Amino acid sequence: MAQNNVNDIQDHARLFHQDEYQELFKAKKEFEGGHSSEEVAKIADWTKSWEYREKNFAREALTVNPAKACQPLGAILAAVGFEATLPFVHGSQGCVAYFRSHFTRHFKEPFSAVSSSMTEDAAVFGGQLNMIEGLATSYNLYKPKMIAVCTTCMAEVIGDDLQAFISNAKAANSVPQTFPVPYAHTPSFVGSHITGYDNMIKGILSNLTAGKKQETTNGKINFIPGFETYIGNLREIKRYADLMDVNYTLLADNSEYLDSPNTGEYQMYPGGTKLEDAADSINAEATIAFQSYATTKTREYIETEWSQKTYVSRPVGIRGTDEFLMKLSALTGKPIPKELEEERGRAVDALTDSQAWLHGKRIALYGDPDLVIGLVQFLLEVGAEPIHIVVSNSNANFEGELRALLDSSPFGQNATIWGGKDLWHLRSLLFTEPVDLLIGNSYGKYLWRDTKTPLVRIGYPIFDRHHLHRYSTYGYQGAINLLNWIVNTLLDELDRNTIIPSKTDISYDLIR
Amino acid sequence: MTPPESATLTPPTATTPVNDIPETKALIKEVLEAYPDKAKKKREKHLNVFEEGKSDCGVKSNIKSVPGSMTTRGCAYAGSKGVVWGPIKDMIHISHGPVGCGYYSWSGRRNYYIGTTGIDSFGTMQFTSDFQERDIVFGGDKKLLKLITELDELFPLNRGVSIQSECPIGLIGDDIEAVAKKAAKEIGKTVVPVRCEGFRGVSQSLGHHIANDAVRDWVFPQFDKKKKQGDVPEGTPYDVAIIGDYNIGGDAWSSRILLEEIGLRVVAQWSGDGTLTEMINTPSVKLNLVHCYRSMNYISRHMEEAYGIPWLEYNFFGPTQIAASLREIASKFDETIQAKAEEVIAKYQAQTDAVIAKYGPRLTGKTVALMVGGLRPRHVVPAFHDLGMKLVGTGYEFGHNDDYKRTTHYIENGTLIYDDVSAYEFEAFVKELKPDLIASGIKEKYVFQKMALPFRQMHSWDYSGPYHGYDGFAIFARDMDLALNSPTWSLIGTPWNKVEVAA
Repeated sequence: MAQNNVNDIQDHARLFHQDEYQELFKAKKEFEGGHSSEEVAKIADWTKSWEYREKNFAREALTVNPAKACQPLGAILAAVGFEATLPFVHGSQGCVAYFRSHFTRHFKEPFSAVSSSMTEDAAVFGGQLNMIEGLATSYNLYKPKMIAVCTTCMAEVIGDDLQAFISNAKAANSVPQTFPVPYAHTPSFVGSHITGYDNMIKGILSNLTAGKKQETTNGKINFIPGFETYIGNLREIKRYADLMDVNYTLLADNSEYLDSPNTGEYQMYPGGTKLEDAADSINAEATIAFQSYATTKTREYIETEWSQKTYVSRPVGIRGTDEFLMKLSALTGKPIPKELEEERGRAVDALTDSQAWLHGKRIALYGDPDLVIGLVQFLLEVGAEPIHIVVSNSNANFEGELRALLDSSPFGQNATIWGGKDLWHLRSLLFTEPVDLLIGNSYGKYLWRDTKTPLVRIGYPIFDRHHLHRYSTYGYQGAINLLNWIVNTLLDELDRNTIIPSKTDISYDLIR
Repeated sequence: MTPPESATLTPPTATTPVNDIPETKALIKEVLEAYPDKAKKKREKHLNVFEEGKSDCGVKSNIKSVPGSMTTRGCAYAGSKGVVWGPIKDMIHISHGPVGCGYYSWSGRRNYYIGTTGIDSFGTMQFTSDFQERDIVFGGDKKLLKLITELDELFPLNRGVSIQSECPIGLIGDDIEAVAKKAAKEIGKTVVPVRCEGFRGVSQSLGHHIANDAVRDWVFPQFDKKKKQGDVPEGTPYDVAIIGDYNIGGDAWSSRILLEEIGLRVVAQWSGDGTLTEMINTPSVKLNLVHCYRSMNYISRHMEEAYGIPWLEYNFFGPTQIAASLREIASKFDETIQAKAEEVIAKYQAQTDAVIAKYGPRLTGKTVALMVGGLRPRHVVPAFHDLGMKLVGTGYEFGHNDDYKRTTHYIENGTLIYDDVSAYEFEAFVKELKPDLIASGIKEKYVFQKMALPFRQMHSWDYSGPYHGYDGFAIFARDMDLALNSPTWSLIGTPWNKVEVAA
């Protein structure tokens, strides 16, 4: 009997390796109509070939394992960064269940969002009644200070008009006239989750800042995170600004919402950017966005509608962080404090300590455009060589920017940018042109399994490792975190490859 | 024949209700106060207290969710692709439409399978047509046909394709049935179009139904054809199929092992670790064994009507129900099987006793509030009972009236019932009833853990499992104990802010 020791109960990780289950698997084959193991091995080998790679890259219609999600996911991540804000997704209800599950699996935190639960009749008549009832119900039950509305593709395909629906819902007393209900159209067949973030931030800012423009600036700097899934990054930005005595507003600050203390009491809306601070952001000196491609429209809006300067700064790696601090210093006239110089020195020290293990290492990576640029900045700094760069939600501007970055370093010369490609393309790349390390989200584990390329989990989502999202990838400390993950993955891999007694353990070194 | 009801629990002899009935009814009333009038009227039909002797739980179900209420429900696509079709391992399931749905449902459900992923199995992969604006404007049929030929070239060992429609498909008037027929000819394989757009119906539930119908219309004709040609093997008198086990954490395997031990021949698993061949051959079985009634009763009824195959609901949660189910199943066969069933029950007795001896004392008297999908709000209750735990509340995300009828056999007088519960209601109920353990889904998990309440996910087994069968029950017991008796709960709250009890 497989489960024969009550003091050593075996779950799936061990149970199914017991003889009786192995027998069961073997016996089940009789009914499966599967292929012979020879055939499977043959095809498996073929998928590793250049011939397969060419077929794979000739695909025009099929997407397999893409590294991107759809707009409303980003929209609601933006929304929960504001004080007591409830994301309201207008359209079919299943999407919201998916978004909430997705974020909750990554952050291991509650994530509240509601749906207008449109069904067949709404598909025919439009979803205005759902909006009217949905706003009233969510306003009464969950007592938000703001409801941020975005759309699913269903509502977009039938052409629901959010502006009209919301004003009609207000006229029907669903929510008070003065209650903020910003909105954004977030069709999932345009762009990706980062586009949705951009649209929602723009929607929220244009709603909250309407009529708030003053004669003079408020002396503050606005920060916009972008589709940021590292809580540590938001905290690090705030710490830096505080250390420099900079007056700032971090917009869409979801760091508390997505990492709230356990006090024994559940709060639906922890933290968030105060609505009045967000409203006053129109009067700031300037806006710094930490991601370019998740804030494209928002920055354009700030420049044109607010006549405010915007900058993009990615404080990843040593130089990325340097540039951010110098930019902040230039904008505010505040000096960069000694403390940060010391932090920088410690980070540089760490990089030099480990450089030998990273120099010339071939790296494949994938993720959102801004994440990838930040990582490439870091990799080039330590002498690692990005080889395969896959960005499913790419665009021409991004590719130009990344190309320029790669061209700026001797370590970027062998890199190829694969815009609009997916993780099945990457699989072919890893088989035909192997690398030392893969950087990506949890879905990279399938590539790790198939190609044996060790995986460093950086990005979103990370479902199969705990707490990585609590760390920073920004700033000097973030550089140490990136270094730690990367170098120790390489060293772990080295140990794994030198662990067989009297066979490979010659190099099973104590000191590395 | 009328399908037999699941084996019933011996009703509790004491009629002391688990909750004070008038008080709990007052609680429902109080919780409803927060709703605007229109929503209140709708919601009050979905909340009640079970009173002994009633034929159902006194709630309405399978009705549209209230907009803005924060339902936990999903959609038809989730029911079809995510639940029913997705686990069929040797077919490629295309998430047809924009990129999101396929992304969010990618590897989310832990439907375990044996196979080489990307070569002869495709369970943890995501295939999508990744609709762009032009596809919405010009329609996606051409793209769909093209991508099916592309995937057949890149994944030649696939046994077939299913097209899982996302919302836009039905709205833009695409003809996926025509594409399916054409593509099936081109690649010489089964291509199944499924109209499971997310806006259809009120929850996952219609998606299950639509997925079942797609099997009926696009898979079974192949059995019929084989039968006509005399290509269907006779089989044995002991041929059965497992229907409605998605092999989460390996559940179907820890169930199958028992069915095989009592001498039955399991021809097919629907759909965890299942294959298209298994599906096609199912109409040759002598009896369909249905675990998840909610998601697979449709095809079971169809097989009964079309092929005369009887079906039987069974429950492999906890030793009491496992034994009752094994006996019930065996009773449909000859004495050999019946004798073997007794042997198997006896064989596992020591294992079960040891589990209950170890964990019973640590769990007995603890109370549970459940809220799961379409089966487990009743099915897992006996497993809790086997450990001496008590159920104070239960409800379905997407159950129907027949589920609430079946629930009466499982629950005690005074149990709070909530159908399609909203986040607001669930939180309010839990605050009042103060269960020791909440057993629900990922979206609820951290809400309650923030309230310092032990929690176990009852959709995914919290990444553990299997929970089905005798081997699964041991894990179930272990997991309930580690959730309830974790020292971490006692760390919540600072020692310096704890209120001093005045002497």
